[in-house]
Amino acid sequence: MKPLQNILYITKPGAYLSKERETIRIRLEEGPDMKIPIHGISGIVCFGTVGMSPWLMGFCAERNVAVTFLTDTGRFLAKVHGPLHGNVLLRRAQYRAADIADKSGTLAAAFVAGKLYNCRQALLRCIRDHGETPALRETEKLLSDRIRKLTSIEDCDTARGMEGDAARSYFSAFPDLIRKDDPAFAFSGRNRRPPKDAVNALLSLFYTLLVHDVRSALETVGLDSAVGFLHKDRPGRPSLALDMMEELRPVFCDRLTVSLINREQVRASDFLTNPDSGAVTLEDEARKRVLAAWQKMKQETLTHPFTDEKIAKGLIPFIQARLLARHLRGDLDGYPPFLWR
Amino acid sequence: MYPEADFLPVSGMQHMIYCPRQCGLIHVDREWEENRFTAEGRVLHERVDKGGEQEKSGVRLCYAMPLKSLSLGLFGVADCVEFHKIEKEIWQPVPVEYKRGKPKLIEADRVQLCAQAICLEEMLHTEIREGFLFYASPRRRETVPFDAALRELTRQTAMEYHAMMESGVLPKARYRKDRCDRCSLFDICQPKAKSAKLWLQKRLSEDLT
Repeated sequence: MKPLQNILYITKPGAYLSKERETIRIRLEEGPDMKIPIHGISGIVCFGTVGMSPWLMGFCAERNVAVTFLTDTGRFLAKVHGPLHGNVLLRRAQYRAADIADKSGTLAAAFVAGKLYNCRQALLRCIRDHGETPALRETEKLLSDRIRKLTSIEDCDTARGMEGDAARSYFSAFPDLIRKDDPAFAFSGRNRRPPKDAVNALLSLFYTLLVHDVRSALETVGLDSAVGFLHKDRPGRPSLALDMMEELRPVFCDRLTVSLINREQVRASDFLTNPDSGAVTLEDEARKRVLAAWQKMKQETLTHPFTDEKIAKGLIPFIQARLLARHLRGDLDGYPPFLWR
Repeated sequence: MYPEADFLPVSGMQHMIYCPRQCGLIHVDREWEENRFTAEGRVLHERVDKGGEQEKSGVRLCYAMPLKSLSLGLFGVADCVEFHKIEKEIWQPVPVEYKRGKPKLIEADRVQLCAQAICLEEMLHTEIREGFLFYASPRRRETVPFDAALRELTRQTAMEYHAMMESGVLPKARYRKDRCDRCSLFDICQPKAKSAKLWLQKRLSEDLT
């Protein structure tokens, strides 16, 4: 498998990136310039007021390096896109599959099955390490029941219904995963736009980072990240990336959020609350720490449950995208979601 | 005769012989992964890809020469075509292809060279009896006679190549130790993959009991 490459996160306001031969030159408002070889970089994520020369953008497009611009709170602004990658036959197959009810229903059910399976694994890990609580046990039962039913489902609406149900139950049990008894880390369900507490702030940040990775993985193999199966088409929405995110959220985002809090790698003082909007964000230094933890998590190795290859965790979106492409092209008889051990 | 719009790259011919699925992955699915073997090949070609001409002792060398054949429906670039002076104003073209590694048992390199020869024959209205494969280690030239059998295999391969590109369907994977283990597309091809449907059903039902 191809080596897991690094994502360059630029968080310094006023930084300007340009191309210098085979390297990325980073000019900061103060301090000396930095130069980083583009070799070994698979993506650049810019937070806030960061500039980039068109030459570097073109160079990144040519080298298949994904460039994304986010606001300083991590909201998506824009992505630099080079020529379309991959195979037009694959995109056509994707569009056709999205128009066939039972085909997209089966795919939607597979994404949801992957999600519920991995949510259940997250609960089981916690039960194994810290003992069970009524909420954990009850949600685990509900998830098991839904997963069993999902194997025979072929319509999107039923899959969506089960996903909604299960997600509510999962998030109601989520506080039991957090072992830190601090009101700063109290959690009473998902909220976003803006996140109103520390747990939601972390989840939102990681979901944004994961969308970025999944989207680049899908586009790298030549899929259209906007045409999904579980998520309906909506202009501007990366529906296929959101579909594939479902099975990966528990593995990448939820788990990291919980362990950062439980291991006290983030503290209550790392979060700022905007007095007007109530939006909770990470303070600069803490965000750097959290991004480093995200990158480090992606280096962990594991054995892929379907392909049996030993890989870095960060390559999972790429492998899943490839498997989905193979299925859509008729080369594989189904889509095997990532099932977390 | 193929219309020019349907021409395929001549480089696909060697992939077709090596493994039709590899050819499909590269030319239909537009996949490419570099490994040690492909990198060595790329570095080896940097000199010849620069193009240009030179002449020494009755042999004119033409690097990176564009090729095409209407009968095979192929286009491409020859690493090098040597023109040997036979007599005054008469030059015999001889295609030369540079390869990394040592002479190989499978026909891939010979078929690719033969396809180039057929291109040259059509373009220059001549007949070419042989060409050379230059292997980097050991630095050795192998003479390839373009006999009837090799020409037939070349035409057959070109037809199958066109049929696959036309259908857009990848041939199924078949694991062959001597080829798969050194193929840079191994991880993409997954010749040992199992049924995803059965795997998913099995995992979901087993793990929940």
